[in-house]
Amino acid sequence: MKQYDIAIIGAGPAGLAAAAAAYDAGAKNIIIIEREDAPGGILNQCIHAGFGLHTFNEELTGPEYAARFIARVKERGIDMLLSTMVLSIARDKTITAMNRTQGVFTIQPKAVVLCMGCRERSRGALNIPGFRPAGIYSAGTAQKLVNIMGYMPGREVVILGSGDIGLIMARRMTLEGAHVKLVAELMPYSGGLKRNIVQCLDDFDIPLMLSHTVVDIHGRERVEGVTIAEVGADLKPIAGTEEYYPCDTLLLSCGLIPENELSRGMGVGIHPVTGGPMVNESLETDIEGVFSAGNALHVHDLVDYVSEEAAAAGRNAAQFALAGNANEVCTQRICIELSGGIRYAVPSAIAPDRIQSSLTIRMRVGSVMKNKRLNVIINGEKIISRPRPVMAPGEMEQVVIMKDMLDKYAKVESILITTEDM
Amino acid sequence: MERKTLTCICCPIGCTIEAELEGNHVLSVRGNSCPRGEKYAKSELSNPVRTLTSTVGLTGSATGAAVAPVRSAREIPKGKMLDCMKELSRVSVAAPVHIGDIALKNAAGTGVDIVITRDMQ
Amino acid sequence: MNKQYDVVIIGAGVTGCAAARYLSRYNVHAAVIERAEDVCAAGASKANSAIVHAGFDAKAGSLMAKLNVEGSRIMPKLAEELDFSYMNNGSLVVCMDEADYGKLERLYQNGLKNGVEGLEIVRGERLRELEPAVRSEAYAALWAPTGAIVCPFGLTVALAENAAANGVEFIFNTAVTALRHEGGAWSVQTDKGLIRADAVINAAGTYADVLHNMVSTKKIHITPRKGEYMLLDHAAGDFVKRTVFQLPTKLGKGVLVSPTVHGNIIVGPTAEDIFDRDGVNTTQAGLDAVRQRADLAVEGLPLKQVITSFAGLRAHEDGHEFIIGRAEGTENFFDCAGIESPGLSSAPAVGKMISDIVAEELKLDKNAAFIPTRKGITELKKLSMAEQNALIRQNSAYGRIVCRCESITEGEIVDAIRRPVGARSLDGVKRRVRAGMGRCQGGFCSTRVMEILARELKASLADITKSGGEAKLITGLAKQEAEKYETI
Repeated sequence: MKQYDIAIIGAGPAGLAAAAAAYDAGAKNIIIIEREDAPGGILNQCIHAGFGLHTFNEELTGPEYAARFIARVKERGIDMLLSTMVLSIARDKTITAMNRTQGVFTIQPKAVVLCMGCRERSRGALNIPGFRPAGIYSAGTAQKLVNIMGYMPGREVVILGSGDIGLIMARRMTLEGAHVKLVAELMPYSGGLKRNIVQCLDDFDIPLMLSHTVVDIHGRERVEGVTIAEVGADLKPIAGTEEYYPCDTLLLSCGLIPENELSRGMGVGIHPVTGGPMVNESLETDIEGVFSAGNALHVHDLVDYVSEEAAAAGRNAAQFALAGNANEVCTQRICIELSGGIRYAVPSAIAPDRIQSSLTIRMRVGSVMKNKRLNVIINGEKIISRPRPVMAPGEMEQVVIMKDMLDKYAKVESILITTEDM
Repeated sequence: MERKTLTCICCPIGCTIEAELEGNHVLSVRGNSCPRGEKYAKSELSNPVRTLTSTVGLTGSATGAAVAPVRSAREIPKGKMLDCMKELSRVSVAAPVHIGDIALKNAAGTGVDIVITRDMQ
Repeated sequence: MNKQYDVVIIGAGVTGCAAARYLSRYNVHAAVIERAEDVCAAGASKANSAIVHAGFDAKAGSLMAKLNVEGSRIMPKLAEELDFSYMNNGSLVVCMDEADYGKLERLYQNGLKNGVEGLEIVRGERLRELEPAVRSEAYAALWAPTGAIVCPFGLTVALAENAAANGVEFIFNTAVTALRHEGGAWSVQTDKGLIRADAVINAAGTYADVLHNMVSTKKIHITPRKGEYMLLDHAAGDFVKRTVFQLPTKLGKGVLVSPTVHGNIIVGPTAEDIFDRDGVNTTQAGLDAVRQRADLAVEGLPLKQVITSFAGLRAHEDGHEFIIGRAEGTENFFDCAGIESPGLSSAPAVGKMISDIVAEELKLDKNAAFIPTRKGITELKKLSMAEQNALIRQNSAYGRIVCRCESITEGEIVDAIRRPVGARSLDGVKRRVRAGMGRCQGGFCSTRVMEILARELKASLADITKSGGEAKLITGLAKQEAEKYETI
């Protein structure tokens, strides 16, 4: 097998962007390994529009957005191994992969970028009681059935969870002639983007029932109905509020989980909140030369940020691969402290002296907060304070710390990201 | 004069905007917290438009794919979406197809073409 | 359908399949009739603790105790012969409170009477060494080194395949509606027609009393007793090595925490008497109960890693005893009724016993051509790299992973469909090769397995089901649906 500087796991939006950026940063021997028969990842089934507003200043569909990055990879002549499953990665970065033509084989790159994406939370993980008939699908599986395979998973549909894929599928199935009865959401707010609520639900008079959940699934062979109940502040169903809705399909859009079985297998430290690897300012995991980006790192809501983040990971991987193991040893590493309702930040710890021109920190809050300021405090001094009229768990926040902000301090003792009332 | 309420989609705040209109003409807008909201409300109330995305049948695909994704080349009037879907349900294209290929001209009399959004062999 | 057999076995759960396999040691024309579309599909065999009990629990002197211990002894050799997953991991019954110690001692004595080997009461260091996850405040535990775990699907499918290889026919999607003894043989009336047989073996699980009471002068009564479970991800798979039972206390029977042969952790069951003989739905109360009791004997159980929950049914007979043999007042109608826990553990012994009884009654000869072994589905992930490559060169379908969570290849799925008594549905594939049983619960692979099923069965995707019958997975083509839409 050819010697590679960088192996990128996954040819979705993150992997493609990481590859192109790594190439442009000087690493020419790159291989992307993709399990599907075609590059593009989940974007191929996201046929709706709304991608790329930040990157291309136009509203592309998923396949169109993917095509632009696929073109970048092809223009650069980057090797892409399709229909190939990575079975494991050893701590020394030896990748064991498999496909029909080459069988099981290994690759030993200098650097690895983990871009495996994420998966959907299943009915089992949600612990919804009831029978286990046909007709219960995650929204993404339904999306593949309709958009890629051309089949309808059902006619009378109830959707649990107001994540964006669920909202998008509510519209998609309605347009294809299904009757979407309602979207139930456990939380008192939606997990999806406002625009999707309006254009996917309101446009078709599909009710969104906040603070409601499915408490029973009926039907032994195919779904025959669901019982929906209101939940209290403790998110537990309120007795007496149960209502039966006949339907043949239950779609679940209840959250995404970064796919990190390979990362865990190689010993990468996983962040307890994001479910993705713990990374530093270079988006490098706690194994040197192993980087991560996109939804495998933490779940994003906009693909533009996936591409941006992955490009940074790709550049850093290139730098590592080209410099060999002579990577600058950082003198100091500090954890980014969080308070004021911020659940997580990526990266979680940084070496201030290794930041090049700027550092983007992406984060999510734990509940809907209004009229806040998002503050970055270094050594006790507020260096960034941005008004945020509203912050919601469904919408990622980000701050950019410029290198010169950090250079002001002889030694960065602490970095705190917090919120305060406006 | 008519009153209408809508949710602004310009940012996560989602202001509830109340508007007064005469036919398609917006007289006044209230409840928005920024100018973007006013602009959105005016266009949404006078001429609501949407980008329609769907699939069409695909024949002769080397990969065995049965459908190809499509979009309206521009936004179409919101009220025309289902008419377009009805026409699209009868459309089938032969592989290979490329991004931008026209799958259906002048969908449902909107003057807007429906185009392919993925290269498919 | 108008068929004639020497023996008809009603029910293709683990008991029916074991009866079929052991009966096929004789020269016999036999068939298994099953209401569902597959073996191991109804309620008891497919959802249980997946445990081979050592046999200390069943009442000394009972048939249940005898067959449990015998089944537990047969199982390791059977696992080799029939190539299914079995692991002798040993089990512990943990006594948390000194006040309950008498009960543990009685359990130990009962086990000795039953002939369970190697039983030992352990404490302190020794207990910790056997199972570090047991709570430090545990007072003592009964250690049963012969306790084991098994794949219930693997066991049942292996028995069925081996029975089929030895000539037993399997008739699925066929429910028995009436039984009449006429002209010296049985008329088994089904929803698909009449089947004639010299003898009938009743292995109908929660329905065994219904069939029995159609023909016998001595009535029995079975209560479906529901047990709810949770299954934890592989990531939690090494939480316990042993099967850890809680000693029953006045607060309840307690739930077990055990590894499975596939590297998950199983937690459960509850015990609730219900009326619905097919009531395999989980309930909020049941799942809550599992959660609350799960970690009484172990410390730090990661319940956040639950990937699925499910419920099974025990066919609880009022006398809490296996009813095996000719039903009173009948000619050649044989029961395997009241087969509840330890039914899985006892299955090989039950199958052996009932087949010997039937063979004696019908004066069957030994089958000289009996094939005692069966080769299971080759699992790519269990091979060395050289073996994997040889297999992929031979059949490239083994080079394509379909289920990424469990690393299941297309080759394995195709094998599961093509072999005798093969999979016909998504659940059938899942039970045989575990595709869709992992952490994403089929989110990624179900559509691919559907495509493979359609291709292999030469069926339309619209005819592929989750579990047979009306369990259709799709309702039509997308474009057809849109055409129905009226213009607004």
